[in-house]
Amino acid sequence: MKLLAKNIVKRFGNHIVLRNISFEISNGKSLAIIGSNGSGKTTLIKILANLIAPTRGSVIYQQNGQTIPREHINAHIGLVGPYLQLYQELTARENLYFFARMRNIPDYQKRIAGLMETLGLKGREDDTVKAYSSGMQQRLKYVAALLHQPDVLLVDEPRSNLDEKGIETVYRLLQEQKERSILIIATNDSEDLQLADQTLKVEQA
Amino acid sequence: MKQTYLILIKDLQQEFKTRYAINAILLFAIVTLSAVSFAIGTFTAGEQVLSALFWVILFFSSMSGLSHIFIREEETQTADTLKLVARPVHIFLGKFIFNLLLLIALEVVLVPLFIAVMNFQIAGFGVFTLTLFIGNFGLAGGGTMVAAIISKASAKGALFTVLSFPILLPVLISGISATKKAAEQGALSGAQNELQALLAYSVIIITASILLFDYVWNE
Repeated sequence: MKLLAKNIVKRFGNHIVLRNISFEISNGKSLAIIGSNGSGKTTLIKILANLIAPTRGSVIYQQNGQTIPREHINAHIGLVGPYLQLYQELTARENLYFFARMRNIPDYQKRIAGLMETLGLKGREDDTVKAYSSGMQQRLKYVAALLHQPDVLLVDEPRSNLDEKGIETVYRLLQEQKERSILIIATNDSEDLQLADQTLKVEQA
Repeated sequence: MKQTYLILIKDLQQEFKTRYAINAILLFAIVTLSAVSFAIGTFTAGEQVLSALFWVILFFSSMSGLSHIFIREEETQTADTLKLVARPVHIFLGKFIFNLLLLIALEVVLVPLFIAVMNFQIAGFGVFTLTLFIGNFGLAGGGTMVAAIISKASAKGALFTVLSFPILLPVLISGISATKKAAEQGALSGAQNELQALLAYSVIIITASILLFDYVWNE
Protein backbone atom coordinates (compact mmCIF):
# COMPACT_ATOMS: atom_id res chain seq x y z
CA MET A 1 0.00 0.00 0.00
CA LYS A 2 1.21 3.48 -0.84
CA LEU A 3 -0.33 6.86 -0.03
CA LEU A 4 0.46 9.93 -2.10
CA ALA A 5 -0.78 13.37 -1.05
CA LYS A 6 -0.20 15.92 -3.79
CA ASN A 7 -0.42 19.69 -3.27
CA ILE A 8 -3.41 19.54 -0.93
CA VAL A 9 -5.15 22.86 -0.39
CA LYS A 10 -8.21 23.20 1.81
CA ARG A 11 -10.19 26.38 2.02
CA PHE A 12 -13.26 27.06 4.22
CA GLY A 13 -14.84 30.19 2.75
CA ASN A 14 -12.06 32.75 2.56
CA HIS A 15 -9.94 30.98 5.14
CA ILE A 16 -7.19 28.76 3.77
CA VAL A 17 -6.55 25.98 6.28
CA LEU A 18 -4.04 23.87 4.34
CA ARG A 19 -1.70 25.15 1.67
CA ASN A 20 0.15 22.81 -0.72
CA ILE A 21 0.66 19.82 1.53
CA SER A 22 2.51 16.99 -0.21
CA PHE A 23 3.99 13.76 1.07
CA GLU A 24 4.37 10.13 0.20
CA ILE A 25 4.33 7.15 2.52
CA SER A 26 4.27 3.41 2.02
CA ASN A 27 3.63 0.22 3.99
CA GLY A 28 5.58 -0.25 7.19
CA LYS A 29 6.18 3.46 7.60
CA SER A 30 4.64 5.97 9.95
CA LEU A 31 4.13 9.69 9.85
CA ALA A 32 3.32 12.16 12.60
CA ILE A 33 1.46 15.31 11.59
CA ILE A 34 2.37 18.02 14.05
CA GLY A 35 1.38 21.65 14.40
CA SER A 36 -0.24 24.08 16.77
CA ASN A 37 -3.98 24.21 17.54
CA GLY A 38 -5.94 25.29 14.47
CA SER A 39 -3.10 24.52 12.08
CA GLY A 40 -5.21 22.02 10.12
CA LYS A 41 -4.03 18.65 11.45
CA THR A 42 -7.56 17.33 11.87
CA THR A 43 -8.62 18.72 8.49
CA LEU A 44 -5.71 16.90 6.87
CA ILE A 45 -6.58 13.66 8.65
CA LYS A 46 -10.20 13.99 7.47
CA ILE A 47 -9.03 14.58 3.90
CA LEU A 48 -6.77 11.52 4.07
CA ALA A 49 -9.69 9.51 5.46
CA ASN A 50 -11.84 10.54 2.49
CA LEU A 51 -14.31 12.27 4.83
CA ILE A 52 -13.91 15.69 3.23
CA ALA A 53 -12.62 16.63 -0.18
CA PRO A 54 -9.63 18.92 -0.64
CA THR A 55 -10.27 22.22 -2.42
CA ARG A 56 -7.30 21.47 -4.65
CA GLY A 57 -4.80 18.65 -4.91
CA SER A 58 -5.35 14.94 -4.53
CA VAL A 59 -4.96 11.97 -2.22
CA ILE A 60 -4.10 8.77 -4.04
CA TYR A 61 -4.05 5.32 -2.50
CA GLN A 62 -2.21 2.69 -4.49
CA GLN A 63 -2.03 -1.04 -4.02
CA ASN A 64 0.39 -3.07 -6.15
CA GLY A 65 0.86 0.01 -8.32
CA GLN A 66 -2.87 0.33 -9.03
CA THR A 67 -4.83 3.35 -7.82
CA ILE A 68 -7.69 2.37 -5.53
CA PRO A 69 -11.00 3.95 -6.69
CA ARG A 70 -12.42 6.57 -4.30
CA GLU A 71 -15.48 4.47 -3.43
CA HIS A 72 -13.27 1.58 -2.29
CA ILE A 73 -10.79 3.58 -0.22
CA ASN A 74 -12.76 3.32 3.02
CA ALA A 75 -12.32 -0.45 3.07
CA HIS A 76 -8.58 0.13 3.54
CA ILE A 77 -8.77 2.86 6.19
CA GLY A 78 -9.14 2.78 9.96
CA LEU A 79 -9.68 6.06 11.77
CA VAL A 80 -9.64 7.03 15.43
CA GLY A 81 -10.44 10.62 16.34
CA PRO A 82 -12.21 12.64 19.01
CA TYR A 83 -14.83 13.79 16.46
CA LEU A 84 -15.65 10.22 15.44
CA GLN A 85 -18.27 8.83 17.79
CA LEU A 86 -19.86 5.45 18.26
CA TYR A 87 -23.61 4.92 18.67
CA GLN A 88 -24.23 5.82 22.29
CA GLU A 89 -27.60 4.06 22.67
CA LEU A 90 -26.27 0.77 21.34
CA THR A 91 -24.09 -1.67 23.23
CA ALA A 92 -20.42 -2.10 22.37
CA ARG A 93 -21.26 -5.45 20.80
CA GLU A 94 -24.09 -3.98 18.69
CA ASN A 95 -21.78 -1.21 17.49
CA LEU A 96 -18.94 -3.56 16.61
CA TYR A 97 -21.18 -6.17 14.97
CA PHE A 98 -22.69 -3.38 12.86
CA PHE A 99 -19.27 -2.14 11.68
CA ALA A 100 -17.99 -5.69 11.10
CA ARG A 101 -21.01 -6.70 9.03
CA MET A 102 -20.86 -3.45 7.07
CA ARG A 103 -17.23 -4.22 6.25
CA ASN A 104 -17.92 -7.90 5.47
CA ILE A 105 -15.35 -9.14 7.97
CA PRO A 106 -15.29 -12.94 8.10
CA ASP A 107 -15.36 -14.58 11.53
CA TYR A 108 -15.86 -11.17 13.13
CA GLN A 109 -17.03 -12.44 16.53
CA LYS A 110 -13.61 -13.97 17.17
CA ARG A 111 -11.78 -10.85 15.99
CA ILE A 112 -13.96 -8.61 18.19
CA ALA A 113 -13.46 -10.84 21.23
CA GLY A 114 -9.68 -10.74 20.71
CA LEU A 115 -9.50 -6.97 20.34
CA MET A 116 -11.85 -6.35 23.29
CA GLU A 117 -9.59 -8.49 25.46
CA THR A 118 -6.42 -6.77 24.21
CA LEU A 119 -7.88 -3.35 24.96
CA GLY A 120 -9.11 -4.36 28.40
CA LEU A 121 -12.81 -4.21 27.61
CA LYS A 122 -13.63 -7.91 27.98
CA GLY A 123 -16.82 -8.42 29.97
CA ARG A 124 -18.23 -5.00 29.04
CA GLU A 125 -19.44 -5.99 25.56
CA ASP A 126 -23.12 -5.74 26.45
CA ASP A 127 -22.94 -2.34 28.14
CA THR A 128 -24.26 0.59 26.15
CA VAL A 129 -21.53 2.92 24.90
CA LYS A 130 -22.98 5.79 26.94
CA ALA A 131 -22.26 3.77 30.07
CA TYR A 132 -18.56 3.69 29.13
CA SER A 133 -16.14 6.24 30.53
CA SER A 134 -14.43 8.55 28.01
CA GLY A 135 -11.24 6.47 28.24
CA MET A 136 -13.15 3.24 27.61
CA GLN A 137 -14.91 4.85 24.66
CA GLN A 138 -11.50 5.77 23.24
CA ARG A 139 -10.36 2.15 23.61
CA LEU A 140 -13.57 1.00 21.91
CA LYS A 141 -12.84 3.36 19.02
CA TYR A 142 -9.52 1.56 18.56
CA VAL A 143 -11.37 -1.78 18.47
CA ALA A 144 -13.72 -0.42 15.79
CA ALA A 145 -10.86 1.04 13.75
CA LEU A 146 -8.74 -2.12 13.85
CA LEU A 147 -11.55 -4.63 13.22
CA HIS A 148 -10.90 -4.93 9.49
CA GLN A 149 -7.09 -4.87 9.81
CA PRO A 150 -6.77 -1.64 7.83
CA ASP A 151 -3.90 -0.98 5.44
CA VAL A 152 -3.85 2.63 6.62
CA LEU A 153 -4.51 3.63 10.22
CA LEU A 154 -5.16 7.30 10.88
CA VAL A 155 -5.16 8.40 14.50
CA ASP A 156 -5.99 11.91 15.62
CA GLU A 157 -4.69 12.49 19.17
CA PRO A 158 -3.72 8.88 19.98
CA ARG A 159 -3.67 9.25 23.78
CA SER A 160 -6.86 11.29 24.10
CA ASN A 161 -8.72 10.38 27.36
CA LEU A 162 -6.52 7.34 28.00
CA ASP A 163 -4.96 6.44 31.34
CA GLU A 164 -1.37 5.20 31.58
CA LYS A 165 -2.32 1.56 31.09
CA GLY A 166 -4.50 2.53 28.12
CA ILE A 167 -1.67 4.51 26.55
CA GLU A 168 0.70 1.57 27.00
CA THR A 169 -1.78 -0.85 25.36
CA VAL A 170 -2.55 1.52 22.52
CA TYR A 171 1.15 2.22 21.86
CA ARG A 172 1.81 -1.53 21.66
CA LEU A 173 -1.09 -1.95 19.22
CA LEU A 174 0.06 1.00 17.11
CA GLN A 175 3.61 -0.37 16.97
CA GLU A 176 2.24 -3.71 15.74
CA GLN A 177 -0.01 -1.96 13.25
CA LYS A 178 2.91 0.13 11.98
CA GLU A 179 4.83 -2.99 10.97
CA ARG A 180 2.12 -4.22 8.63
CA SER A 181 0.51 -1.01 7.40
CA ILE A 182 0.77 2.76 7.10
CA LEU A 183 0.34 4.62 10.38
CA ILE A 184 -0.43 8.33 10.41
CA ILE A 185 -0.97 10.19 13.66
CA ALA A 186 -1.88 13.81 14.30
CA THR A 187 -0.60 15.01 17.61
CA ASN A 188 0.60 17.85 19.78
CA ASP A 189 2.29 15.53 22.23
CA SER A 190 6.04 15.09 21.76
CA GLU A 191 5.87 11.61 23.33
CA ASP A 192 3.73 10.41 20.43
CA LEU A 193 6.61 11.16 18.07
CA GLN A 194 8.29 7.90 19.15
CA LEU A 195 5.62 6.15 17.07
CA ALA A 196 6.63 7.98 13.89
CA ASP A 197 9.45 7.49 11.38
CA GLN A 198 8.91 10.93 9.89
CA THR A 199 7.10 14.13 10.77
CA LEU A 200 5.10 16.62 8.76
CA LYS A 201 4.62 20.05 10.25
CA VAL A 202 1.48 21.89 9.22
CA GLU A 203 1.33 25.59 9.96
CA GLN A 204 -1.51 28.05 9.90
CA ALA A 205 -1.80 29.21 6.31
CA MET B 1 -28.56 -4.32 -0.48
CA LYS B 2 -26.94 -5.90 2.58
CA GLN B 3 -25.58 -2.51 3.69
CA THR B 4 -29.04 -0.93 3.28
CA TYR B 5 -30.55 -3.66 5.44
CA LEU B 6 -27.84 -3.29 8.12
CA ILE B 7 -28.29 0.50 8.31
CA LEU B 8 -32.06 0.05 8.58
CA ILE B 9 -31.66 -2.49 11.39
CA LYS B 10 -29.19 -0.20 13.19
CA ASP B 11 -31.61 2.75 12.95
CA LEU B 12 -34.51 0.57 14.15
CA GLN B 13 -32.40 -0.59 17.12
CA GLN B 14 -31.62 3.04 18.01
CA GLU B 15 -35.26 4.07 17.59
CA PHE B 16 -36.47 1.11 19.64
CA LYS B 17 -34.20 2.22 22.48
CA THR B 18 -34.94 5.96 22.38
CA ARG B 19 -38.42 6.06 20.72
CA TYR B 20 -37.71 9.68 19.84
CA ALA B 21 -39.10 9.87 16.30
CA ILE B 22 -42.13 7.63 16.83
CA ASN B 23 -43.13 9.48 20.01
CA ALA B 24 -42.69 12.86 18.33
CA ILE B 25 -44.86 12.10 15.30
CA LEU B 26 -47.57 10.21 17.20
CA LEU B 27 -47.90 12.88 19.90
CA PHE B 28 -47.97 15.62 17.27
CA ALA B 29 -50.65 13.75 15.30
CA ILE B 30 -52.86 13.14 18.34
CA VAL B 31 -52.54 16.70 19.65
CA THR B 32 -53.25 18.21 16.21
CA LEU B 33 -56.20 15.90 15.64
CA SER B 34 -57.64 16.85 19.04
CA ALA B 35 -57.17 20.55 18.30
CA VAL B 36 -58.84 20.25 14.89
CA SER B 37 -61.68 18.19 16.35
CA PHE B 38 -62.36 20.81 19.07
CA ALA B 39 -62.11 23.65 16.54
CA ILE B 40 -64.64 22.07 14.19
CA GLY B 41 -67.01 21.11 17.01
CA THR B 42 -70.44 20.18 15.71
CA PHE B 43 -69.85 21.72 12.28
CA THR B 44 -70.24 19.08 9.58
CA ALA B 45 -67.27 19.29 7.26
CA GLY B 46 -67.46 17.97 3.71
CA GLU B 47 -65.13 15.47 2.06
CA GLN B 48 -62.95 18.23 0.59
CA VAL B 49 -62.31 19.83 3.99
CA LEU B 50 -61.80 16.52 5.79
CA SER B 51 -59.40 15.26 3.11
CA ALA B 52 -57.38 18.47 3.36
CA LEU B 53 -57.35 18.30 7.18
CA PHE B 54 -56.21 14.68 7.09
CA TRP B 55 -53.26 15.43 4.80
CA VAL B 56 -52.30 18.58 6.70
CA ILE B 57 -52.15 16.57 9.95
CA LEU B 58 -50.23 13.79 8.20
CA PHE B 59 -47.77 16.25 6.65
CA PHE B 60 -46.99 18.25 9.78
CA SER B 61 -46.84 15.16 12.00
CA SER B 62 -44.35 13.56 9.65
CA MET B 63 -42.34 16.80 9.62
CA SER B 64 -41.85 16.46 13.36
CA GLY B 65 -40.13 13.08 13.00
CA LEU B 66 -38.74 12.42 9.53
CA SER B 67 -35.72 14.69 9.90
CA HIS B 68 -34.57 12.94 13.06
CA ILE B 69 -32.90 10.17 11.09
CA PHE B 70 -30.13 12.47 9.82
CA ILE B 71 -30.12 15.08 12.59
CA ARG B 72 -29.32 12.31 15.08
CA GLU B 73 -26.26 11.25 13.04
CA GLU B 74 -24.96 14.85 12.90
CA GLU B 75 -25.74 15.80 16.50
CA THR B 76 -24.17 12.68 17.97
CA GLN B 77 -21.17 12.99 15.61
CA THR B 78 -21.74 9.56 14.11
CA ALA B 79 -22.18 10.83 10.54
CA ASP B 80 -18.44 10.51 9.85
CA THR B 81 -18.40 7.07 11.47
CA LEU B 82 -21.17 5.99 9.09
CA LYS B 83 -19.38 7.55 6.11
CA LEU B 84 -16.37 5.36 6.82
CA VAL B 85 -18.30 2.11 6.55
CA ALA B 86 -21.16 2.73 4.12
CA ARG B 87 -21.69 3.95 0.60
CA PRO B 88 -23.99 6.98 0.25
CA VAL B 89 -26.64 5.14 -1.77
CA HIS B 90 -27.05 2.53 0.96
CA ILE B 91 -27.23 5.22 3.64
CA PHE B 92 -30.01 6.99 1.74
CA LEU B 93 -31.96 3.80 1.08
CA GLY B 94 -31.63 2.57 4.67
CA LYS B 95 -32.88 5.85 6.06
CA PHE B 96 -35.59 6.18 3.40
CA ILE B 97 -37.00 2.76 4.33
CA PHE B 98 -36.82 3.70 8.03
CA ASN B 99 -38.87 6.85 7.33
CA LEU B 100 -41.30 4.81 5.24
CA LEU B 101 -41.87 2.47 8.19
CA LEU B 102 -42.27 5.48 10.48
CA LEU B 103 -44.98 6.90 8.21
CA ILE B 104 -46.79 3.55 8.08
CA ALA B 105 -46.71 3.39 11.91
CA LEU B 106 -48.11 6.94 12.04
CA GLU B 107 -50.92 6.08 9.63
CA VAL B 108 -51.83 2.89 11.50
CA VAL B 109 -52.67 5.13 14.48
CA LEU B 110 -53.84 8.28 12.69
CA VAL B 111 -56.25 6.79 10.10
CA PRO B 112 -58.64 4.99 12.49
CA LEU B 113 -58.49 7.89 14.96
CA PHE B 114 -59.24 10.45 12.24
CA ILE B 115 -62.10 8.38 10.83
CA ALA B 116 -63.62 7.92 14.30
CA VAL B 117 -63.12 11.45 15.65
CA MET B 118 -63.97 13.38 12.48
CA ASN B 119 -66.69 10.95 11.32
CA PHE B 120 -64.94 10.65 7.97
CA GLN B 121 -66.94 8.35 5.66
CA ILE B 122 -64.80 6.74 2.97
CA ALA B 123 -66.68 5.06 0.12
CA GLY B 124 -63.57 3.44 -1.37
CA PHE B 125 -61.23 2.36 1.37
CA GLY B 126 -59.05 0.49 -1.14
CA VAL B 127 -58.42 3.67 -3.16
CA PHE B 128 -57.73 5.58 0.06
CA THR B 129 -55.20 2.92 1.18
CA LEU B 130 -53.55 2.97 -2.25
CA THR B 131 -53.31 6.78 -2.07
CA LEU B 132 -51.60 6.55 1.31
CA PHE B 133 -49.32 3.76 0.14
CA ILE B 134 -48.04 5.67 -2.90
CA GLY B 135 -48.04 8.99 -1.05
CA ASN B 136 -45.80 7.49 1.63
CA PHE B 137 -43.06 6.89 -0.94
CA GLY B 138 -43.19 10.54 -2.02
CA LEU B 139 -43.28 11.88 1.54
CA ALA B 140 -40.50 9.58 2.75
CA GLY B 141 -38.36 10.12 -0.37
CA GLY B 142 -38.57 13.92 -0.33
CA GLY B 143 -38.48 14.11 3.47
CA THR B 144 -35.37 11.94 3.73
CA MET B 145 -33.48 14.01 1.15
CA VAL B 146 -34.42 17.34 2.78
CA ALA B 147 -33.48 15.87 6.18
CA ALA B 148 -30.00 15.09 4.84
CA ILE B 149 -29.65 18.65 3.54
CA ILE B 150 -30.82 20.43 6.69
CA SER B 151 -28.96 18.15 9.11
CA LYS B 152 -25.79 20.18 8.47
CA ALA B 153 -27.54 23.51 9.15
CA SER B 154 -27.95 25.21 12.52
CA ALA B 155 -31.73 25.93 12.60
CA LYS B 156 -32.63 22.37 11.66
CA GLY B 157 -36.21 22.02 12.93
CA ALA B 158 -37.67 25.14 11.32
CA LEU B 159 -35.73 24.68 8.10
CA PHE B 160 -36.99 21.14 7.60
CA THR B 161 -40.66 22.08 7.40
CA VAL B 162 -40.01 25.26 5.39
CA LEU B 163 -37.84 23.46 2.82
CA SER B 164 -39.99 20.34 2.69
CA PHE B 165 -43.25 22.16 2.05
CA PRO B 166 -42.57 23.30 -1.55
CA ILE B 167 -40.84 20.02 -2.38
CA LEU B 168 -43.68 17.91 -1.01
CA LEU B 169 -46.52 20.15 -2.23
CA PRO B 170 -47.30 17.85 -5.21
CA VAL B 171 -47.83 14.96 -2.76
CA LEU B 172 -50.17 17.09 -0.64
CA ILE B 173 -52.23 18.35 -3.61
CA SER B 174 -52.56 14.94 -5.28
CA GLY B 175 -53.10 13.20 -1.93
CA ILE B 176 -55.90 15.56 -0.90
CA SER B 177 -57.63 15.25 -4.26
CA ALA B 178 -57.31 11.44 -4.37
CA THR B 179 -58.56 11.13 -0.77
CA LYS B 180 -61.59 13.30 -1.57
CA LYS B 181 -62.43 11.14 -4.59
CA ALA B 182 -61.92 7.95 -2.56
CA ALA B 183 -64.35 9.32 0.03
CA GLU B 184 -66.96 10.44 -2.51
CA GLN B 185 -66.90 7.79 -5.25
CA GLY B 186 -64.75 4.89 -4.20
CA ALA B 187 -63.93 3.84 -7.77
CA LEU B 188 -60.28 3.50 -8.72
CA SER B 189 -60.91 5.14 -12.09
CA GLY B 190 -62.12 8.31 -10.35
CA ALA B 191 -58.77 8.93 -8.67
CA GLN B 192 -56.64 7.56 -11.49
CA ASN B 193 -55.05 10.90 -12.47
CA GLU B 194 -54.08 11.77 -8.91
CA LEU B 195 -52.65 8.31 -8.25
CA GLN B 196 -50.60 8.50 -11.45
CA ALA B 197 -49.30 11.94 -10.41
CA LEU B 198 -48.38 10.59 -6.95
CA LEU B 199 -46.62 7.61 -8.48
CA ALA B 200 -44.72 9.73 -11.01
CA TYR B 201 -43.67 12.20 -8.31
CA SER B 202 -42.51 9.40 -5.99
CA VAL B 203 -40.45 7.73 -8.73
CA ILE B 204 -38.87 11.06 -9.72
CA ILE B 205 -38.06 12.23 -6.16
CA ILE B 206 -36.59 8.87 -5.11
CA THR B 207 -34.51 8.54 -8.29
CA ALA B 208 -33.26 12.12 -8.05
CA SER B 209 -32.45 11.65 -4.36
CA ILE B 210 -30.42 8.50 -5.02
CA LEU B 211 -28.48 10.27 -7.78
CA LEU B 212 -27.85 13.46 -5.80
CA PHE B 213 -27.40 12.08 -2.31
CA ASP B 214 -23.65 11.56 -2.71
CA TYR B 215 -23.15 15.32 -3.16
CA VAL B 216 -25.36 16.23 -0.20
CA TRP B 217 -23.85 13.68 2.12
CA ASN B 218 -20.21 14.18 1.29
CA GLU B 219 -19.90 17.95 1.47
